[in-house]
Amino acid sequence: MTTSTPSRQHAAAPTRALTTKPRKPINWRRAGAWTLVVIALIVTISPFLWMLRTALSSNHSLAANAGNLLPADFSWGAFKRVLGLQSPEEAIAEGGSGAAINFWWYLRSSIIVSTVVTVGQVFFSSMAAYAFARLRWPGREKVFALFLATMMVPPIFTALPNFLMIKNLGLLNTYPGIILPFLFMTPFAIFFLRQFFLSMSREVEEAAMLDGASKFRIYFKIVLPNAAAPMATLALLTFIGTWNEYFWPLLVGQDESVRVLTVGLGVFKSQSPQGAPDWSGLMAATLIAALPVLLLFIAFGKKVVNSIGFSGIK
Amino acid sequence: MTTLTKQQRDPADRAARSGGARTGSSGKKSITHRMGDLKIALVFIFPAMIGFVAFFLIPTIRGVYLSFTEYSILGDPTWIGLKNYSSIFSDELFWNAMAVTVQYVGLNIGFQTVIALGLALLMHRVAKSTFIRGALLLPFLVANVIVALLWFWMLDYQLGIVNEVISWFGLPRVAFFGSEQWAIPTIAFVNVWRHMGYTALLIFAGLQSIPSHVYEVASLDGASPTRTFWSITMPLLRPVMVLVLVVTVIGSFQVFDTVAVTTGGGPINASRVIQMYIYQKAFTESDFGYASALSVILFVILALVAFVQMKFLKGNESDLD
Repeated sequence: MTTSTPSRQHAAAPTRALTTKPRKPINWRRAGAWTLVVIALIVTISPFLWMLRTALSSNHSLAANAGNLLPADFSWGAFKRVLGLQSPEEAIAEGGSGAAINFWWYLRSSIIVSTVVTVGQVFFSSMAAYAFARLRWPGREKVFALFLATMMVPPIFTALPNFLMIKNLGLLNTYPGIILPFLFMTPFAIFFLRQFFLSMSREVEEAAMLDGASKFRIYFKIVLPNAAAPMATLALLTFIGTWNEYFWPLLVGQDESVRVLTVGLGVFKSQSPQGAPDWSGLMAATLIAALPVLLLFIAFGKKVVNSIGFSGIK
Repeated sequence: MTTLTKQQRDPADRAARSGGARTGSSGKKSITHRMGDLKIALVFIFPAMIGFVAFFLIPTIRGVYLSFTEYSILGDPTWIGLKNYSSIFSDELFWNAMAVTVQYVGLNIGFQTVIALGLALLMHRVAKSTFIRGALLLPFLVANVIVALLWFWMLDYQLGIVNEVISWFGLPRVAFFGSEQWAIPTIAFVNVWRHMGYTALLIFAGLQSIPSHVYEVASLDGASPTRTFWSITMPLLRPVMVLVLVVTVIGSFQVFDTVAVTTGGGPINASRVIQMYIYQKAFTESDFGYASALSVILFVILALVAFVQMKFLKGNESDLD
């Protein structure tokens, strides 16, 4: 730990030191700290590169080249296999199981579920957040406290009764069954947006009110457009969270027709023969499944990173 | 985090004040004042209220009720009082699951907190770049299932790169997920890898809220970096550390995805954590009453953990005030 706590002056020093003293002695403490940063980055990033390397390898060559850093016998076969572009014979020849993988279908399910949940949850939560932040009504603080209290209830606790309810409603293995529990709200989403609504200036709102605009008009024409940034951040977090969700779709969406990618990957893994699993196929599939999140992250990485301090309350 | 609560208080007061001023002057003031925007508010929270009542409130109550019943989905639940709880008490598999979970939580929290604290200090003092923060956060954004599969492959006994590297050093290969001894440490390691960047970011946010003049005074007084860390950074970081600990302990007690995808609870019972046990009771053995009682116990444990952590570490106070 000591290496990572150089005293504060060092941060400001380098530029001055460079101009006055041409040969600055190496700051070992700082060099050590940077080494640790680089090690941390390697530990974080290299498994993803290994995933890519495996996905681009020919499955049969993996065993002979287990320690080779480059793809073993480079091939796009694994990706083709996952996307259903390979005939069963070819797939078996390359080490796949030959069984059809409905990857496109799982992808479609994941997109449907994540999009609907994101749109619904962010919109409905923003309405509730507006009511908690900007409207005055008796019991407001108490109801809000009740909403917040449910943040403490662990998901497993509500998952079993929710499963029974979805089952009683006849919604097992349907999209509504997977979507409904997350469609209307999460306490976190309401909390997150309420914070932003509270900090918004009231002046424009009041001016609109003097002009005779209704609360609904104010909400849609003034509040929503002004809250675009926090809502986009929340939408991003919600989308990633829903895309990655495993437990709930595993309970209510096992059927092929509504199976999402995370559940599909689990099935893919358990289907592969115990002796020689189709590792390149599996890694190609995980890579494609992670792709939307990776792309979102590349596009909006800064937003996500900066919102984490905030969402830590989750 | 403290700034948020302040923000939260002020505008709410302002809202109440300006709202009161608007309704003023007429005789019916008191009623309009009290009811305010009630009707409109009801419309606005209506959808959220449906979701809240249907999927949070009722399930919570029903979960407690079911824990006192025998219920196998077919047919109706029958009230059996505390029988589930008394059977849990003498259920060896439950105690095993608890022991495994506690072992996992201990390993996970221990390593994660220390590594994340180190990373946060590095980010704060050496590398503030968003790129580095983003890179460290990457594993957290990818699904648990994907992380589990990736490490399942890298830690494979025969072909995994990790065992390959181990064998280069002439050491014996390790059956990471396949041996009773290694299963839980391995799962803990995988989740530490996934969460360390996220936890580091939370701590980093806390570090940034410590005013720099405190450090300036310390360096004027000639305090060494080590001493500054223990006497200034750690005490001022306490509220954030409490929050981080509460969030991560509660999260890691509920580990499921990684276990389900890699070991499925095996070998034998070595990695059957409590949530895996609940899942199996409910969905393989269709014993919903028993599974509900198990999840009530998990809930109580989590609430106790949060309460004790808050009290013991005095989470609500900051030395800055």
